[in-house]
Formats: sequence, structure tokens, C-alpha cells
Amino acid sequence: MTAGLVVEDLSVSLPPGADRPLALSQVSLHVRPGEVLCLVGESGSGKSMLASAILRLLPPGVAVAGGRVTLDGEDLLPLPEAAMRRIRGARIGMVFQDASTALNPLHRVGDQVAEPLRTHTGLPRAAVRARVLDLLDQVGLPDPAGAARAYPHQLSGGQRQRVGIAAALALEPGVLIADEPTTALDVTTQAQVLALLRNLQRRRGTALLFITHDFGVVAEIADRVAVLQRGVVVEQGAAADVLNRPAHPYTRALIAAIPPLAPAAPRPVSPDVVLATAGLTKTYGARRWAGRQAVRALDGVSVTLPRGATLGVVGESGSGKSTLARVLLRLLPPDAGTVRLDGADLLRLPARAAARRIGMVFQDPYASLNPRRRVGELVAQGPMVHGMARGPAMARARELLALVALDPSAADRFPHEFSGGQRQRIALARALALEPAVLVADEPVSALDVSVQAQVLALLAGLRDRLGLSMVFVTHDLRVAGRICDRVAVMHRGRVVEEGPAEAVFLRPQHDYTRALLAAVPGRGWTPPALAPSLVAEPMV
Amino acid sequence: MRGWAARIGLVLTVLVLLMALSAGWLFPRDPLGLAGRPLQWPGDNARFWLGTDNSGRDIAAQIFHGARVSLLIGATATAIALVIGTGIGALAGYYGGWVDDVLMRVTEAFQTLPNFLLLLVLVAVFGSDIRTVTVAIGLVSWPASARLTRAEFLTLRNRDFVAGCRTLGMGDAAIMLREILPNALPPLIVYASVVMAGAILLESALAFLGLSDPNIASWGNLIGRGRGVLRTQWFVSAIPGGAILLTVLAVSLLGQGVNDALNPRLRRPRA
Repeated sequence: MTAGLVVEDLSVSLPPGADRPLALSQVSLHVRPGEVLCLVGESGSGKSMLASAILRLLPPGVAVAGGRVTLDGEDLLPLPEAAMRRIRGARIGMVFQDASTALNPLHRVGDQVAEPLRTHTGLPRAAVRARVLDLLDQVGLPDPAGAARAYPHQLSGGQRQRVGIAAALALEPGVLIADEPTTALDVTTQAQVLALLRNLQRRRGTALLFITHDFGVVAEIADRVAVLQRGVVVEQGAAADVLNRPAHPYTRALIAAIPPLAPAAPRPVSPDVVLATAGLTKTYGARRWAGRQAVRALDGVSVTLPRGATLGVVGESGSGKSTLARVLLRLLPPDAGTVRLDGADLLRLPARAAARRIGMVFQDPYASLNPRRRVGELVAQGPMVHGMARGPAMARARELLALVALDPSAADRFPHEFSGGQRQRIALARALALEPAVLVADEPVSALDVSVQAQVLALLAGLRDRLGLSMVFVTHDLRVAGRICDRVAVMHRGRVVEEGPAEAVFLRPQHDYTRALLAAVPGRGWTPPALAPSLVAEPMV
Repeated sequence: MRGWAARIGLVLTVLVLLMALSAGWLFPRDPLGLAGRPLQWPGDNARFWLGTDNSGRDIAAQIFHGARVSLLIGATATAIALVIGTGIGALAGYYGGWVDDVLMRVTEAFQTLPNFLLLLVLVAVFGSDIRTVTVAIGLVSWPASARLTRAEFLTLRNRDFVAGCRTLGMGDAAIMLREILPNALPPLIVYASVVMAGAILLESALAFLGLSDPNIASWGNLIGRGRGVLRTQWFVSAIPGGAILLTVLAVSLLGQGVNDALNPRLRRPRA
């Protein structure tokens, strides 16, 4: 008998018409007790499909086409459904990416952690309750009794994920599958949850299959690593080997695309200021009947952007960084404060004049382009709104598409025909069409895979140098900020706690929060190896 | 369009359309004119293959000409209801706040009144000319489409692509009409079939009570005329009744088919 979870030659077929016939092709993995195996892959690699296949929870139309899955020697695939139900939760635990949707909003946290105990054991009520409190304590919730009585919405994201982990561990399963469990969390929370998972896994000798797209997280937690590319495991080995001496070209390309946690080489910054905010304040109203308190999203924010430079606005969720972007774009009126753009008072300019001067790139390229318009129109829309005739505007759109390295024939197609990276290029062309003085980009690469991220960042940097663009770059990712920003402003609870040249902020952080943020970046102890560019395969966009 | 339901709907709709189109050619005479001995059963006389009603009018001719009336009333009343409903729903959903409050209270006022009762009042006040009846049906059928449009606008107005258009300096009217409305349209198109089926039924109900325009050959009028002889010569009411049933079914099935075509649930799995 082989202890732990063994996947042998597992193939999973997709319904006809999918982008490939097999979601997973002859995947073999072995997660041993007391070990963390990280399964790394980009979106669409099939990594989540593997978790579903192991638990036999594949979506309709998707089926196992071959291979074996064994748990401590017992073959799972032929088991009847009733026997499989006794395995899920009891012997294989599952932690999901988004604890806010994995928990039922109408049930108290304590009941949800107790649920597996009630379903799988005949423990008396008092024993279940004691066990729940013990579990909530073990996952580091400060007030277990209070947390047990709370509803999910009353907890923070990190606390909810801790509850998710407690529920998964309730029956002490020998195997735990965690599917991107920290992706939805802020970096500082992510660091805590990773430490917690690692700690509990070590103490209990659990076999942990950790699914992630983030090599930083891998460096943080993995004993062994398997790299998945389009359903095929291309490389598997000890974490240190795969991270520092990747053998397969795909792994090499992925690792080469990770920005180092360091500022880029400093560029000369113009003394001329193009955009300056002073004392920007925005409070989201309290709603007494909804129990909501007033939130200071911006609390006296003053930042400056030199001409031709890139100002990174970094911070965690709720820090006010997106509110700042929205105020700069006049999507949201501030309560107080001023924005000066080229000496003019931006907030008092007529809406259309302001729109001309400042452009926007959004986070999610799937949501920010109207799905019912052709790409050419989307790009030409800005100039047409401002009075350019259709013909010249469309011609300009084709030029812009070429500028962002897309084929001008893209103009005749619809957004859904493009990949995420390509869509973000379209969004960039659209924002540049009005030749704005300042481009505001709100997490423009956060929704993209790391290899695509690198290409979009390189494109942005290239355009910045060629067109002399001034940019406000909002991001939660310090690695990304380091790659492209000349100046960095760190935001925390609506305030700018530190602002300065990127080099100073990264290498000599002054504020405690900046230091905490830098210390929480996953994989900070690991420097991606410098890979000879000739050996790095060009990933597809 | 796939699925047997949608196909049946399509075939039936085309059939009713053909009836409407061919009415003037197959039955060139006035369908309300005296044609023969009253109350002949279908099949009794080869000239009147669906029989005659109690005034001696050709039932087949009334059914074919009635298809025109029903479709015309259905389509026109639906168009009126959708224009009002979409307009009110769009404004309420896009602007929110007090605009939404005022418009939704008006909508609720219309919704709480049973629409047939309201229709009776309108017809009683403005008369039962066919144009008045059509407009009145449109006026009582819009509230649900207003709610549907409002719900679509409420979610779409917060989407990034709408914010994107604002950052380009686009005005509210352009954003509503050219950016949001096309995205809100699919459920509305599907809902139009429900409104249309309802409009046809409303007109028939009105005619059955003898309150529709008596000078046109509508299916409802025929049913109303057959009411007096319902127990003996039931075919006078049953034949137009069947025509209404099939038309309403056709329109609903077609709407269902359009819905399936516009909302493919076969989303590609994402890993």
C-alpha cells in the first residue's frame, strides 16, 4: 500500500468544441503524508480540474478518460457515490479560493465548521461544540467563541479563509487539497494564512496538494513542485531544484517572467510636475440601518507625478488606491482637495475637457470592453466622442492597434475573440486614442497570467519611453510596481504613509507599514535565477 | 435555432404569418359579410370548410383575416409596451436615487391594478375603436418590462466598460442608448414574446365581452358571437379559440427558443 494520494496517468476529457480534447493528459503525482506538493500552472492549464477529478466533482460534460487515483492504496475512481461521500471531507479535505463564496452567508460560522462533524461522526452536541471552538482556536481566530457565533460577512477575508481551513481540517483528513487558497487575500493576510497552513500541515503530518499560479507562494510553502502546462505535467521535482534550476523551457519561461522584488534601474525624472493632488478626501457614507460605518477611503491624499514618470500607488484592498484612481478620472467626486493637471484645476474642468486629458485602463479586460462592439470602434470611440469623423477615427484606431503590437485587422473583430493579454492591449489603445496627458491604470496586469503580465508591462514601459507618457499605476503587487514605477506611494487606510523614489521605498522603507508590506511578499527570500534569454521559450499571449 | 420546442414555435409562427398574408387572396370578400346559411357545421358544405357562424359568415375567412388583426394588435401593443417600459426602466436603473423612486412608484401603481380592469376602464372611457384598443393594451402591459430593463441597467451601469465610456467623455444619453441598451436587449427580446401573447389574449378577452371593435374580424369577436350557441354549435367558439391557443403557444415557444439561443448555458469550463 502506498500512503498518501497517488494520481497515476490520469486523463480527463473535455466536451467536444473545447479548446483541447483533454483537460488533463496522463498526469501522475504523488502527495506523501507530511509533504506539500505545489501544482503550478497558468489559467486554463487544468490545475483546478485535477482537484475536481480527485474528488470526483467534475462538471457535466467533463469525464475521466483514463488512469487511477488512489488514497492510501484505495482506488477512488470505481467507488460508488455513497462511499465517495464518506471520503470527501473526512479523508480528503478541501480549501477553496474564495472563502466568501465557499461559506453559506445565512449560517453561523460555528455551524459550518460543525457540519462535517455532524455529517460524518456521531459525536454528541457538546463534543461537537468543544471541537469547533478548538478548531477555530487552532486556525488562529482571536475569539473562537465569538467567531463561532458570527456570520461570514462579519469576518474579514483572511478570517473567513481561516474558517474555511478549520472546516476542512475538522475531521483531520490525511489529505488536504487547497485550490488557490490565498489568491483572494491581501499580501500580509496571505503570509499569515500560508504560515498557518504550513504549520498545521507539519503538526498533523497532512499530505497537502497546494494549487497555485504564483511561484512566490511556491517558494514559500512547497516541498515538491509539479508544473502543469495545458494539462500536461512538464516538470516535477524538489522545490529547490525546480525553482532554482528549472529544466523545462516552459518552467524557465514562467520563472523568467516573474519580476524580481526590487526597484527597476532608476530613470532620470523630469522636475516638471504634470499631476499633483492636494488633500484629497473622500468618505463613503455611513448607513445606520445597514449597520455600516463611515469609511474614510481617502484621507488627505497628496501625491505628485513628474512629467514622463510613472507613479505607483500600492496598498492592500481597502487602502483607497482605487478610489484615488476613480477620483482622478472624475468617476467619483471627492469631498475635499484639489487635483492640478498641467496647472489647470482638473476637478473644475468641464467633463469632456477633463476626459480628453486623462485616460484609464481598468483591471479586468473582460469587463472593461463593451462585448457588443468591434475592437476598431472601441478604440475609435474616444476620438469620435470628441468630434473626429468616423473615417479618420477608424484609421487612427488601426494605427493605435499597431502601436500596442496587435494586428490592425483586429479592428474588425469582437473583444471575446481575444485573450486577456490582447484585450488589455486593446484597452490600452482605447485609452491612448485621446492622447491623454496622464494615463491612470488600475491594476492593469492583475488579472493576467505572469507570462502575459511581463509582456504587457514591457509594452507599457516601451510606450512610456516612446510617447513620454506620464502614468499613475495602481497595484497591490510590489513586484509589478518595482518593475515599472519611478516613484511609489504606499497607501494604508486612506492615507499615503510613504511616498518617494521607488529605489528609496524598496531599499530603505521608512514606515512600518511599508516594511510589513515588503516582508509579506511571498517568495521574498527566493531570487528567481537569471536565466539565459536564449534558453527561454517565448510564451504565447 | 435548436430544440424541438423552438422548431414547433417557428413552424406555427410562420403558419400564422402565412394565414395573415394570404387572407386577402384566399378570402377576397369581406369576412364580415353574409356568406351563407348560418350555423353550418364544418364539413357540411364544401364552400365553408370551417362552417358558418350564427350570422351566416364564413368562419374560415374570419380566422384568416383574424390572424391579421391578432398579429397586428399583438405586435403594435408589444411595441408600445416595450418602448414605454424600456424607457422608464432605463431611466430608473441608470440614474437611481429619486428618479428611480418616482418611476418605480408609478410602475407599482400600474402593477397593483389588475391590467384587465384597467383595460376595461380605458376602453369604457375612450371607446372601442381598434386603434384605441391596441394603444390601451400597450398602456397596461409595460410595467413588467420596465422592471426587467431597470434590473439590467442596475447591474450594467456599474460595469467597467460603462465607466470606461465615461472616462472618454461620453454623455449619459449615448451611454444609455448605445452602450448599455444593446447589452440589456436579449432578455427584453425574449420577454417581448410574453407581452405579445398577453396582448393577443387581452384583445380576445375584450372581444369576448363584446367590448372590442365590432367592425373587424378578430378571433375574439368570433368567440364572443359563438357564446350564445356555445352548448349546441360549440365549433363557432372552439375554432377561433384553437387559433388563439396555437398562436400564443407559437409566440411563447419562439421566445423560449430565442432565449436559448441568446443565453447559451454551455459556457466553456475554465480551469
